[in-house]
Amino acid sequence: MKIVACVKRVPTTEAQVKLAGDGKGLDPAGWQYMLSFYDELAVEEALKTKEKLGGDVTVLTIGPSEASKELRECLARGADSGVVLKDADPSARDPRSTAKALAAKIRALGAEIVFTGRVATDRDHAAVGPMLATYLGWACVSEVHALELTASGGVAKRETEQGIESLSFQLPAVISCNKGLNEPRRASLKGIMGAKAKPIAEEAVEEVPSQTVVLKVELPPARKAGRIVGEGAAAVPALITALQTEAQVL
Amino acid sequence: MTTIVVFAEQSGGQARRASLECVGAARSTGAEVTAVVSGKQAQASAAGLGAAGAAKVICLDGTGPHSPDATAADLAKIVAELGAKAFLAAATTLGKDLAPRVAAHLDSTLFSDVIGLSAEGGEFTVVRPWLAGKAIATLRSTAGVLCATTRPNVFAPAASAGQASVEQRAASSGGKVLVTGIEAKSAGKLDVKEASVVVSGGRGMKGPENFGLIENLAAAFGNAATGASRAVVDAGWRPHAEQVGQTGKTVAPKLYIAVGISGAIQHLAGMRTSKVIVAINKDKDAPIFRVADYGIVGDAFEVLPALTEAVRAARARH
Repeated sequence: MKIVACVKRVPTTEAQVKLAGDGKGLDPAGWQYMLSFYDELAVEEALKTKEKLGGDVTVLTIGPSEASKELRECLARGADSGVVLKDADPSARDPRSTAKALAAKIRALGAEIVFTGRVATDRDHAAVGPMLATYLGWACVSEVHALELTASGGVAKRETEQGIESLSFQLPAVISCNKGLNEPRRASLKGIMGAKAKPIAEEAVEEVPSQTVVLKVELPPARKAGRIVGEGAAAVPALITALQTEAQVL
Repeated sequence: MTTIVVFAEQSGGQARRASLECVGAARSTGAEVTAVVSGKQAQASAAGLGAAGAAKVICLDGTGPHSPDATAADLAKIVAELGAKAFLAAATTLGKDLAPRVAAHLDSTLFSDVIGLSAEGGEFTVVRPWLAGKAIATLRSTAGVLCATTRPNVFAPAASAGQASVEQRAASSGGKVLVTGIEAKSAGKLDVKEASVVVSGGRGMKGPENFGLIENLAAAFGNAATGASRAVVDAGWRPHAEQVGQTGKTVAPKLYIAVGISGAIQHLAGMRTSKVIVAINKDKDAPIFRVADYGIVGDAFEVLPALTEAVRAARARH
């Protein structure tokens, strides 16, 4: 079975934000990068699927050449190959342009199952998984925290505001992975050594014009200075008064 | 007149608050709003949707199991048929699953979790957080149809109460994914994204056995959800669904109470747009106090029972 995990290189969650000079973007100076947290789950689920059903795992990303560093980590954990669809400035993409470019590559790879993270922790759209599946004409289950796969389909669980849904689907399918689905493995020393010989292809990304024009980017408004109302349980009456009269939320 | 189609969620014949807000957001642009609602008792939710600003409610009647891809295809068909200029849904788990599918059917991009929406000269502008709220972007859509999800607790349902006309339609059957069952949540348990009050606990709670104190305070408010920091979710003390922060959920309740949470940058990103923030922490230098409106320096085990009692008493007086 051809298995694909779609991943994204994002700033670490500790990254501090500075605006770019033109006020229409962010200044990445000083940022460190990582694989988006939920994409780690996608890679792990792809590896587990290979172990259960056989096949091979390709990790696929859209990004700069530097993203091959994150792909190499995935290869060290057990993925077979990597593909970077080269885009020097992936921050200019919107979910549609990402989903369409991924769909074109996934078709070319002949994949039967694709794993994505629930959301990439930079633009936070949580849209690419279901959009990708719709462009491919495939089944999609999003925000999955439990999954049982067979060679032809599977059952999954996801939590919604109404409760925990059970869903059944046929392959081919896109699965977006949520916390709870698995615990990502660490790379072994043997895996790290072996990863050096595995292929990472850098290819041109299909041009899909963005439908998003950035008008401005701002820092969130600073919260007005708060105050310590007191210490210990003795401060509770003062807090209640503040919540009732000043804040009017009680 | 411009038409906007809104996918509205309902349970037991009541439209969800987040969907009423979404209808209000659509109406605030001056557009005429058609709400589409599905499921058992969909028709009963029409009055609430009309009062929130919908001129028309389309009920999708289906007999078979629910299929998200079939519903998305039905929604895209309705958007095209009405010549709607925008499609909106609340940024709930269901909305975030359906909206990207609808957007792809319309070959339009999606703007998720928007906190601002306006229309001028036929063009839509949205405001949405980047990096879980570390930055705020104002964006213009050049898509054929603006597709967006609206963040709960940000928009207001329309003030002018109206009455919606109701139309029944058969929902498409089949679909590539079928919902085969739903294990309902215990009654009254609210999701952190939807609740107007969130009480969150962190490492300062010392162990999972002490979260009863957090739950008691949430219960005292009547309509509160319980949340958690990443540290306690990773430690397995609390379920993943409760995690607030950059790798969890971003929330904007009326009141957020952080107990024993130091305030790592990734937690602050997820809750800093709450209207009022209260922090309770032993460490007077904890970063959480820098974003809090009101702080109590003290031991959670001493403060929580007193606060729970005081909130209960204050609410009983109303």
